[in-house]
Amino acid sequence: MSWFKRKDKKFKDPEKKSIPDGLWDKCPSCDEILYRPELEKNLSVCHHCEHHFRVAPQVYVDLLLDKSSETHLYQNLESKDFLKFKAVKKYTDQIVTAKTKTGEKDAIKVYDGKINGESVVLGIMNFRFIGGSMGSVVGEAVSRAIQKAIKDKVPFLLVCASGGARMQEGAISLMQLAKTSTQLAKFAKNGGLYIPILTDPTTGGVTASYGMLGDVILAEPGALIGFAGPRVIKQTIGQDLPKGFQRSEFLLEKGFIDHIVSRSEMKEKISTLISLLT
Amino acid sequence: MSKFYLEFEKPVQELDNKIIELELSNDPNQSDINSIQKLKEKRFGLIEKNYSGLSRWQRVQLARHPNRPYSLDYINFFSPEFIELHGDRYFMDDPAVVSGLGKLGDKKVAFIGQQKGRNTKENLHRNFGMMRPEGYRKALRIMKLAEKFNLPVITFMDTIGAYPGIGAEERGQGEAIARNLLEMSGLRVPIVSVVIGEGASGGALGIGVCDRMLMLENTWYSVISPEGCASILYRDAKKADDAAEALKPTPKDLMEIGICDRIISEPNGGAHRDFVAAANELKSALLDELEQLSKIVPEDFLENRIQKYDKLGYFQENA
Ligand SMILES: [Zn+2]
Repeated sequence: MSWFKRKDKKFKDPEKKSIPDGLWDKCPSCDEILYRPELEKNLSVCHHCEHHFRVAPQVYVDLLLDKSSETHLYQNLESKDFLKFKAVKKYTDQIVTAKTKTGEKDAIKVYDGKINGESVVLGIMNFRFIGGSMGSVVGEAVSRAIQKAIKDKVPFLLVCASGGARMQEGAISLMQLAKTSTQLAKFAKNGGLYIPILTDPTTGGVTASYGMLGDVILAEPGALIGFAGPRVIKQTIGQDLPKGFQRSEFLLEKGFIDHIVSRSEMKEKISTLISLLT
Repeated sequence: MSKFYLEFEKPVQELDNKIIELELSNDPNQSDINSIQKLKEKRFGLIEKNYSGLSRWQRVQLARHPNRPYSLDYINFFSPEFIELHGDRYFMDDPAVVSGLGKLGDKKVAFIGQQKGRNTKENLHRNFGMMRPEGYRKALRIMKLAEKFNLPVITFMDTIGAYPGIGAEERGQGEAIARNLLEMSGLRVPIVSVVIGEGASGGALGIGVCDRMLMLENTWYSVISPEGCASILYRDAKKADDAAEALKPTPKDLMEIGICDRIISEPNGGAHRDFVAAANELKSALLDELEQLSKIVPEDFLENRIQKYDKLGYFQENA
């Protein structure tokens, strides 16, 4: 239930891997050198090996919602350091740094908009904002998004990317799991359609709450998805983890996600699901 | 199990030993009896003094004191007729959590509690109270049973987290906890949760969505253990005392931010120093809570829980 600084090269922030001139990226999966404008044109998916790079929320807005159909909701929600939390870093400083780095206010953005003409509420998490950690703001935004989907009688989609609950908010961050789940219980009772889309990485508290509570659960290829982080498991059991452990394909095989969907076909698949279920 | 003393309990240990020595002497005379009385008074004063200013980290240590009462101690004390019900019906029985049917006073209830072991052998069996997916699924099965037969559910939290293992992940640890959060949100009978020792992360919350959240005085509840937090945010697991201060996980802290609804006071020196007194205190608090919750109609539980948890967030919103 936590986000981790990953030392493993697989989990490194892809932005740090860029070659000095800024126009080239190395694919962490197949090691090919990729020309960034071309990579971005390809939705940040490696055209050699299909590796899905982590991307900013705006990419999913452009990818999923009909052009100019979106309204950004609850955009004034901001985190508060109510515990006066200080470890190596102060929580207040971490928030400021994350805001500067991402240009966002917290680790989630919520929109209402249309997918091929169908109204939806769409939430998108951002791993680059303090590890996509779920604190009061994420909990409140998800909670409001569900309430809006209930009120408007529209499907709720949530692109997940998170290392887990935001420790800097102590037990309150844990309560966000319960807060969002109580809302989802009501949404389910009202017959609402909820589709989470799990992206790399989705771990900890998000997996133990709304990440796993979809009517249909989608995941991008190769995404790390699990409750406990690989490092913690490795420490606990004292042995190496099997190859592909906790990746999307592994979860599909074990029966915990419905369908793996690549970015290029995500909109059409979601649109089809909505039309078949509503 | 023999008596164990934490570092800050050592002064009390000396007095305990003297008192026991005098009490065990074959033929205590009047002066012995007087000294025993004096020593007991001294001990009472010492404990009051030492325990009134416990740091958060010390309270965490008390919460995991090896002599501390565990779920089954309370359940067996409350309900001699308790019948344990095993297994998730899919894979196995998880001994890290006990569940079953019994009584609290005259009230029929379902009990669910995370269970630690008293020694190495027991702990291996109980997996140190760290549940696997099967445990959450067993707990849910018992909750649904309670719902069907209209019994309130009492859950005892006492875990440092869900088990982080390969099998647990393969069998959907995240899904199992998430499912419980969803199902407990809408359960049509009262749920009272009590932290009796430690409560960490989704591992604890997986049986902890409730109408009323109680904590014994010497317990803690948070998103992660102080050690876990220390190794991540301080990059040094030995900074657990600092992490405990930062996480603010004690009952008093959690009352202040609205997570804990009621603190159950423990006997002088902690629940392990007088189990019967601690258990009776808890029993009367639970009966009181159940009495109040019995007035809620089944249709209202979901909405009440939505409102309860909706308040648990601190943020700002400036236009
Ligand atoms: Zn590649």
